Amino acid sequence: MSTSIHVSLGQVAAALALVALATAISYWRRTDLERDIVVATLRSFVQLTAIGYAIKLIFDADTIWLVLGLLAVMIVFGALTARSRAKEVPDAFWPLLGGLTIAAATTLGLVVALGIFEPTPRYLVPVGGMVIGNAMTASAVALNRLGDEVAESRAAIEATLALGATAREAAEPFVRRALRSGTIALVDSTKTTGLIFFPGTMVGMLLAGADPTDAVRLQLILLYALLGSVATSALVATGLAYRNFFTPAQQLREPGG
Amino acid sequence: MLFELREVSLNRGERRVLDAVDADIHPGATAIVGPSGAGKSTLLRLLNRLADPDAGTIAYRGRALAEYDPLLLRREVSLVPQLPSLLPGTVESNLAYAARLAGKRLDAAACLGHAGLGAEFAARDVAELSVGERQRTMLARALAQEPAVLLLDEPTSALDQASRDAVEATLKRLHGELEISLVIVSHDPEQARRLADRELRLEAGRAVSSGPNAGARA
Repeated sequence: MSTSIHVSLGQVAAALALVALATAISYWRRTDLERDIVVATLRSFVQLTAIGYAIKLIFDADTIWLVLGLLAVMIVFGALTARSRAKEVPDAFWPLLGGLTIAAATTLGLVVALGIFEPTPRYLVPVGGMVIGNAMTASAVALNRLGDEVAESRAAIEATLALGATAREAAEPFVRRALRSGTIALVDSTKTTGLIFFPGTMVGMLLAGADPTDAVRLQLILLYALLGSVATSALVATGLAYRNFFTPAQQLREPGG
Repeated sequence: MLFELREVSLNRGERRVLDAVDADIHPGATAIVGPSGAGKSTLLRLLNRLADPDAGTIAYRGRALAEYDPLLLRREVSLVPQLPSLLPGTVESNLAYAARLAGKRLDAAACLGHAGLGAEFAARDVAELSVGERQRTMLARALAQEPAVLLLDEPTSALDQASRDAVEATLKRLHGELEISLVIVSHDPEQARRLADRELRLEAGRAVSSGPNAGARA
């Protein structure tokens, strides 16, 4: 897989025509998104350019410590981002940090241990980024759901606690549903992959001139790795987060208290 | 003494829900009465530690509530909330869940009978029950734990008069035959008189009177 193509800045600039189209549609149909589209375009340019240089630096240095450092930064930012979508969960940052860390460590550890990828920056950085990004989305969805479930089901949870059930037993049905909703989006998209949409890695490899068989195989590896990481992160995040709704005396905390 | 409350206060946000409540709750049947918003349900929740007071102490049978394992306490002092909330499944699976938590053998027919429901209810899906049937299933589920004390929050609020009379008869029998102590929150003074031999009146979070029912009436 030593394919390599050169993309000029001119080509990138030409693609801005499509951004102009999106802006025009927003202006025409008054969806009031022009400003957001411009901000998104600028941010994506700055962020991707910066990460491109960072990755080049890490590839050139070829040391595992820089890779781990980059992954750690991604995990922290991922947990902070996911926390903003799980506002109903008290202290959601720590469960999310735990979920992302364990998902990244398990997934990357397994793909290296099974000999699927070499433990080099060239593999660990892009795969780690995908794993952490998907795990972030999944655990954010799961905790968002958990927060809604607990808020709606306070009476049911207290009725179970009133029987002398533990917090874990009282929260179990809601934790299960939250875990399910965190995982199901990727399961569904994995089912339809290749039929309704082409996943990004495969598209990228085909564009870069790779053999379609190689592109498909690499994509499959990544899809399977993502399934594992998404399930792991949602499991750990929900398994840690539900505790934050309860006091040590197995009482349901007051909302916002 | 069943419960002794001393200077019990609880705030919710800025609001003082219970304000230095001093009260003794005797074994037997006690009604907690008062206007809505007086803190009746909140007080009930403190008695099996679904919540803890911000200040003051509560003792159960002479020992501070805080010293009890909350899980064991709740299986002995069972609270039936005002709004019926059962676990998905059948009536029997709900009773079995409660009995298992308390480490008791389940006699579903007996529990249902005490709550005024026939044995045929055991196989019913809780989703198919009327509100009144659910409220009685909640009572049966609490009884499956063979509690020493039942804390009942407006136990007949969702019932029509016939069902209400049936549940009241059940409660009297539980108190009389099984020697279960009852603490009943009720907004209805007539019901309090029918069911309880003592009464504790709350107003705006304060205990304004307590004593035998006849005395409270005078």
